[in-house]
Amino acid sequence: MLRLEGVTKRFGGLTALDGVSFAVAPGTVTALIGPNGAGKSTLLDCLFGVQRPDAGSIRLGERELVGLSPDAIARLGLARTFQNLRLAPFETVLDTVLVGLVARQPFSLWAGLLRLPATRHTERAMRLAALQALDRLGLAHKADWPAGVLAYGDKKRLELARAIVAEPQVLVLDEPVAGLNRVETEAVASELRRLRRAGRTVLLVEHDMDLVMRLADTVVVLDGGRRIAQGTPVEVQRNPLVLEAYLGQMEVVA
Amino acid sequence: MDWMQFIWAGLGNGAIYALIALGFCIVYGAMGIVNFVQVDFVTLGGMFLYSVAVTAGLPVPLGVVASMVGTALVAMAVERMALRPARTANHLVLVFLTVGISIVVRGAIHMVWGKNRMAVPPLTADDPVRLLGAYVLPQTLWMMVLTLLAILALVWFFRGTPLGLAMRAVASNPRAAAVVGIPAGRVRLAAYAVAGACGGLAGALVTPITTLSADVGVLLGLKGFAAAILGGFGSFPGAVVGGLILGISEALAAGYLSSAYKDALAFVLLVLVLAWRPQGLLGR
Amino acid sequence: MNARLVHFVWSHRLGLLVIVAVAMVLIFPLVTNNPYTLELTNRIAIISLAVVGLNLFMGSTGQISLGHAAFLAMGAYGSGVLTVHAGLSPWVALLAAAVLAAFFALVVGVPLLRLSGHALAMATLACNVVVHHVLLQEDQWTGGPSGLAGIPPLSVGGILLDNPVQLHFFVWGVLLLVLFGALNLVRSLPGRGLALLAADEIGAACLGVPVLRVKVALLVLSAVLAAVAGSFFAHTYGYVSPDSFSIFVSTDLAIMVVLGGMGSVWGSVLGAAVIILLPEVSDAAETYKEFVHGGILVAILLFAPQGAMRAIRQGWQLAVWRWRRAHATA
Ligand SMILES: Nc1ncnc2c1ncn2[C@@H]1O[C@H](COP(=O)(O)OP(=O)(O)OP(=O)(O)O)[C@@H](O)[C@H]1O
Ligand SMILES: [Mg+2]
Repeated sequence: MLRLEGVTKRFGGLTALDGVSFAVAPGTVTALIGPNGAGKSTLLDCLFGVQRPDAGSIRLGERELVGLSPDAIARLGLARTFQNLRLAPFETVLDTVLVGLVARQPFSLWAGLLRLPATRHTERAMRLAALQALDRLGLAHKADWPAGVLAYGDKKRLELARAIVAEPQVLVLDEPVAGLNRVETEAVASELRRLRRAGRTVLLVEHDMDLVMRLADTVVVLDGGRRIAQGTPVEVQRNPLVLEAYLGQMEVVA
Repeated sequence: MDWMQFIWAGLGNGAIYALIALGFCIVYGAMGIVNFVQVDFVTLGGMFLYSVAVTAGLPVPLGVVASMVGTALVAMAVERMALRPARTANHLVLVFLTVGISIVVRGAIHMVWGKNRMAVPPLTADDPVRLLGAYVLPQTLWMMVLTLLAILALVWFFRGTPLGLAMRAVASNPRAAAVVGIPAGRVRLAAYAVAGACGGLAGALVTPITTLSADVGVLLGLKGFAAAILGGFGSFPGAVVGGLILGISEALAAGYLSSAYKDALAFVLLVLVLAWRPQGLLGR
Repeated sequence: MNARLVHFVWSHRLGLLVIVAVAMVLIFPLVTNNPYTLELTNRIAIISLAVVGLNLFMGSTGQISLGHAAFLAMGAYGSGVLTVHAGLSPWVALLAAAVLAAFFALVVGVPLLRLSGHALAMATLACNVVVHHVLLQEDQWTGGPSGLAGIPPLSVGGILLDNPVQLHFFVWGVLLLVLFGALNLVRSLPGRGLALLAADEIGAACLGVPVLRVKVALLVLSAVLAAVAGSFFAHTYGYVSPDSFSIFVSTDLAIMVVLGGMGSVWGSVLGAAVIILLPEVSDAAETYKEFVHGGILVAILLFAPQGAMRAIRQGWQLAVWRWRRAHATA
């Protein structure tokens, strides 16, 4: 169980998160939605220790995550993707996915320098896992391309492959289908469904309401850094506060 | 009064460090990078003074003005020809680029002025004057007075002119400045020009005392950087205070502790401050 | 040529490269026993040791060090002072100097690598100035500006390494071992993490790369390699002087890294070789040294920021790729 309580984050005078509390039940897909600038990405950064919240607590089971470094949090079995891609452009697609397995092993430069037979053996197994992850997202045939030359949609799915390759306990996705076409979106959706069947926990930030409605068990709505609603997709869809939050934004856009 | 003697020497050098530190801070404000070429602006200041006052035999004050103008022009050329073509926004690449440009400029100085040590004339006669119980070189007084004037000119520039205000806007919030349409290119160019003028003035003032060589700016320039760090990197008042603190502590250390390690003090301080008070001695 | 051969070469490219490199090192003294040439190639190997370390650090952490000549100096003068003044054996001196450099890197690195950006570049530069200053001032130990002479050569298994051919096998042997380790590291799982760290620190941290620890560890590793290179330098020439360890030498080391390509192991050797051989090719490269070295740095950063080796490798990969694609459809 991932539990957030009173998480608050300020950037100078701007309160990006204002006492946000909710829980993500194991084996469910929880969607986090809200208009632009609602604080969704900031919340994920707080969860991963990239930003330190000014107040509040984030617990995974009994474990307090606030104050831990990002790599320590990754080693607890959390994995994430990023809204703005974070890839090494010269690395091949396969190598990029392998990085997703770094948190599975103690990080030892010595082991790398010596590359003992045992290491080589596990590396072979990992390569296989990485190829499978790529295959599930339809990227296996590009395994030896440099990541930098991929199209945007491929890069997005590559990041997802990197996040799922280690079969994390909690998978955290920041807008995984933004900018993807229908076919690519479908590949991501079916992968998410498979993960849920396998009992994984997913926290999904997404603007694509269609996807959210189809996949999510619970929806949490943020607006202006505050949690304004929580419930099943249908409940949230009918909630007048949510409509107002989104419509208010549309008026601004229009 | 020994210590008064040290204070005078320290204030003179401190003024020079402050000028150089200001040059670092101005470019940092406009571009967010450490500009290594600042080091060579100092050397160039001395070299232009030499060419005007010694080679051409013109009056020294004219040489000082020529140093500022000439170095500012070189600085603008550096920005236009070497930094602007870099299409990266990666700060470390840009910093590294200035390291490379600095080496190239030093090579150019070698070619034009040679590698020998040269003597440069001071602004006025060399006889020390007695002031507050200690002897002071007139050149040291000139350093302080002209640095003070330069600081006043900078204050006027940054508070009273549209370009100066634009530069302050960029320094305090680059993104907002871009949104309201402040021309980033002009600001960078102006920043290099002003930083070059500061460095050139520092070089023209200090080389009559240190003697002039193609590498003279390296040590001085890095000490200027140390001064900027002491005062909190990027802060203009910090740069001035940092420069004076550094100059005076150097002079006192040379007088009372060990003259052999006088030149290392700035760098030890630099490392200590970076490690334990990265916001500078004065920063919160 | 057929497709299977190409595939074999491609999939065993690293092993084949290592075999070729070993063979070249073995054969080279048979091709030339000109001491002048061997002195040059030995110097390339010694400097490459330091450059490989610096490249692992700069290429993996995206940080710049402008002070690695200080670690080189610790190795060289550590070896020199401990053998000449304390009468220690060369190997003990080398080890002690390496430990000193590692300790120094640790003390400087832990506080400074927490900060981002230019802090480390400036601090390493400052350390270099201080170390250089100490070398000049403490002349009862270091010989001051005129340097320290009479450093004994290393010996391996009872053989004194005092002629260029023996030194050739020794320094190139050590360099190949280090290159092999570095290639292993780059290709290993932690190495993949380092590649991401260089490109995107937050991304790497969220995937489980312990950023601060890795940065410090790589700084220490590079300091040790530089110190060992410095020791080899001292024992090879029997003489060291402060000029070999000024901040300008540090920038040259960094230029070698950028020239070969940050994060490229073979590129380190290429960068060192090009910069060391330039004066042999043309006198102008020595007369206008600053111009040439600075110009190389500026040109690479402006036009090929990935470095020469990556550019070569990309060209070659593209060729292989085209070839394979042509034959896959045929
Ligand atoms: N590092 C930062 N410094 C200052 N302000 C920030 C920072 N990061 C985010 N913000 C601000 O915090 C608010 C929340 O941003 P956040 O990126 O979390 O929104 P979001 O819900 O992810 O929006 P989107 O749907 O556009 O991705 C925004 O107003 C943003 O400008
Ligand atoms: Mg977002």
